[in-house]
Amino acid sequence: MKNIHVSTKVNGDEMEFICPPDETLLDALRGRMGLSGAKEGCGTGDCGACTVVMDGRVVASCLVLGAEADGAEITTVEGMSTGDTLHPLQQSFIDNAALQCGICTPGILVAAQNLLERNPDPSETEIRYWLAGNLCRCTGYDKIIKAVQIAAAEMRGA
Amino acid sequence: MVQVVLTGAMRALAGGVETVEIEASTFKEVLDGLRAAHPALAPVIDRGVSLAVDGLVYRNSWFTPVKPDSEVVVMPYMKGG
Amino acid sequence: MNFISKTKADFKVVGTRVPRPDGVDKVTGRAMYGADITVPGMLTGLVLRSPHAHATIDKIDASKALALPGVKAVVTCDDLGVPEDASLRDVQDNCLARGKVLYHGHAVAGIAAIDMATAKKALKLIEVSYTPLPHVTDVDAAMADGAPVVQEGRADESVPAGSHPNVTTMQEFGHGDLDAGFAKADKIISRSFKTAATHQGYIEPHACLASVGTDGKADLWCCTQGQYFVRELCAGIMGMATSQLRVTASEIGGGFGGKTTVFIEPVALALSRKTGRPVKIVMTREDVFRATGPTCSSSIDVKIGMTNEGRITAADAQLRYQGGAFPCETVSMGAQSAFAAYDLDAVRTQGWNVLTNRPKEAAYRAPGAPMAIFAVESVVDELCQELGLDPLKTRLLNAADAGTKSSYGPTFDQIGLKATLQAALEHDHYRAPLGENQGRGISCGFWFNFGGNTCVSLNLNFDGTVGITEGNPDIGGSRAAISMMAAEELGIPYEKVRTIVADTNSLGHNDVTDGSRVTFAVGLATIEAARAAIRVMCERAAKVWGIDPDAVVWEDGCAKPSGPNAGAFDPMSIEEIAASASDTGGPIAGHYEVNAEGAGVSFGVHIADLEVDPETGHTQVLRYTVFQDAGKAVHPDYVEGQMQGGAVQGIGWALNEEYIYGEDGRLENAGFLDYRVPVASDLPSIDTVILEIPNPGHPYGVRGVGETPIVPPLAALANAASRAIGARMTELPMSPPKLLAAIMAKG
Repeated sequence: MKNIHVSTKVNGDEMEFICPPDETLLDALRGRMGLSGAKEGCGTGDCGACTVVMDGRVVASCLVLGAEADGAEITTVEGMSTGDTLHPLQQSFIDNAALQCGICTPGILVAAQNLLERNPDPSETEIRYWLAGNLCRCTGYDKIIKAVQIAAAEMRGA
Repeated sequence: MVQVVLTGAMRALAGGVETVEIEASTFKEVLDGLRAAHPALAPVIDRGVSLAVDGLVYRNSWFTPVKPDSEVVVMPYMKGG
Repeated sequence: MNFISKTKADFKVVGTRVPRPDGVDKVTGRAMYGADITVPGMLTGLVLRSPHAHATIDKIDASKALALPGVKAVVTCDDLGVPEDASLRDVQDNCLARGKVLYHGHAVAGIAAIDMATAKKALKLIEVSYTPLPHVTDVDAAMADGAPVVQEGRADESVPAGSHPNVTTMQEFGHGDLDAGFAKADKIISRSFKTAATHQGYIEPHACLASVGTDGKADLWCCTQGQYFVRELCAGIMGMATSQLRVTASEIGGGFGGKTTVFIEPVALALSRKTGRPVKIVMTREDVFRATGPTCSSSIDVKIGMTNEGRITAADAQLRYQGGAFPCETVSMGAQSAFAAYDLDAVRTQGWNVLTNRPKEAAYRAPGAPMAIFAVESVVDELCQELGLDPLKTRLLNAADAGTKSSYGPTFDQIGLKATLQAALEHDHYRAPLGENQGRGISCGFWFNFGGNTCVSLNLNFDGTVGITEGNPDIGGSRAAISMMAAEELGIPYEKVRTIVADTNSLGHNDVTDGSRVTFAVGLATIEAARAAIRVMCERAAKVWGIDPDAVVWEDGCAKPSGPNAGAFDPMSIEEIAASASDTGGPIAGHYEVNAEGAGVSFGVHIADLEVDPETGHTQVLRYTVFQDAGKAVHPDYVEGQMQGGAVQGIGWALNEEYIYGEDGRLENAGFLDYRVPVASDLPSIDTVILEIPNPGHPYGVRGVGETPIVPPLAALANAASRAIGARMTELPMSPPKLLAAIMAKG
């Protein structure tokens, strides 16, 4: 199989890479673009640790092919902060102890950011269902949900 | 003499006795005394045991002092998650 | 021994909610986990696993695989050593099977190739000839006459003659006269219970990178709860001196006990030794389910007698655990903890471990306790129902307290069970109204907690800031807690302390991050290391002032004359002492090495409200509250996090999670789609109430908190479900089909 040349935009930067046709976007991000913030927890789209945003949609990057990124715009956790300023969600996760081991955190932050772009004032139930595809085994989710609510309130006020 | 309480598999290996009297002032002497009194306990002790003295559980610590009126309980070695 | 040196009012840093030092790295993707490291020249390793539950390995032919361009090496058990120690040999034989495969997923060979695609192709070219053998995966079936023998000759001296060869250990605990106790009871209930095996379910699969030089020096990077234990195991298996193997723990993506041993590390080391190149192995999720973890599954009988007033007169339990294909002693901790919450005159627990054709059990949060306490707390609840008693008040009436001779032997020191039960009794949750098809369950929980071998090194930098080196991977915020305790003791701001986790060659031995030991034991060592540094700082100030070191005291980050007789000198701050350190005698440090003892036991109580849909058996947790004694909560957010996270793992164990085996002995649900862990939308908010009954064995009164919270949810939810549907639930998980069957059976 011939390798494929891919031109894409990741976190605002134009990126090019060459990958085999069966390589996942997750492997391309981690192996070819040096962006290891997205994690592989399962490789089957069940855990959400590899969550990124592609053309405005939340995707499990382990279920997307690298080749599909051609011409797409992708946001990963590495693109959330601006310079030395954290995104309000990132700051809220630290301030409200919404992470323990942190392996699920990049995926959850990216998914939560996308939710707040669509709905700046989600209910607790809406947050819980939006994040139902992102497994966290440490926190029991309680502090994650609260951190999203607090960040949302802050972003609405800003 | 210290009254040493056996638990787990050790009671059966010591012929069903619940308590063994040992002349000892440290944990190491407790273990040595148990080995001498009941050779069948040696493999269990060699693999590792925990000792509780007056309610505090110790996983090793040979030289922890034991008083004649101390409550000493020998337990299986514990592992956690 | 009571050396609590601080009272609540004294604390300035401990007890506050400071930001964690690893926070920014973890929210920006900078944190480096097991799979995140790459080095030049690295090969990709993969592991070939058994398709059979039980079979002899007749031949392994790797010639076709090795002929594939890009394939650099294949290893089997013959490439590892032959350790004398039986438990080490078991670890090794679990990493690469020797002669027989003992479970579906058992590792058979490892391969290293230039990239993943080549490695995958080559793995399929390794030809293994097997002769399948009869298998057994159920604990009761494995004890029965005629059951297939998993391994011969593994029983230890505790096993009575005539037992099935699969029984490897038999333990008994307790005291008092059971017959006399049961004779005093007004009501006796006997019940049998079963719990399924569950997996720790950490989101980060095991990963490692090994690099062995031709000079025998080796480096290993891996995600583990204990780099020193990894070094010990791997050096033993590889026949290396421990000094020549440096192990560095990566940031760890969850462990819960499951990362306290090795699986792929010796394989990667053997492949690296054979190829002379670094080799990285990352497990797939399927590998994680098939060949790591899980817990024991269990079959338990409980008999408890109670008076009409609710006093327990006698308690007896038989516990049968299977811990997979290798000997496992988890049942002894189940047998010890089963009745730990109660003050009993007559109590007995007996435990058997049984071999089956399943993966070797690995520790999971309070190993052995959740299933034992589930069974006991279910029978206590049923007795309360039958006798018309309040379940919390009945537990208070029977609760263990300081001076109680515990069911496992020792007499308790200060413990917080009664205070915890009282807090639950007074909480709004306990009085909240319930609707139709809803039930409320409560359960006590218990874990021993450990101390253990610990080293801490504390270095004062010339600008007065402090670096701490410790040796336990940070799994729940321990770097924050350790920095806080150092700041507290030194009297300096938290921000001036940075704690890092050392590799095995940078600090002396530290036991694994397990048994809820780190905040207790590393905290204790940190406080002592700080005190050692304070002694040096006081000596330096005394030299400068020309007074006796005994005439100097340490207060609020400064050396001060101890009183008017010591002389009139302005306090000398830690910054001043640090700045002049090279003039006053050289760098200043404190260190402490100890086998920490005195970890206080931990109790908790949970209240759960559950609704069961009578049409489908579907459950919804409506409200959940966790009460636990933390001794002293160093960082309350992280204590709450342990309580909430542990509770939710227990909720998963109670309601959904299970290893499902087919008739063929193969695991049928090796993925997160079919092995269902709780997700955010399954759960309500998990409320927490922290109690602080100081542990006399720690300078600040700290107790471990991490494990106890996984224990009560099993019975709390089973009791809630049983009350909601009006039928006793005795098998976990209470998946919808089981609940529906129970509802139908009662008509």
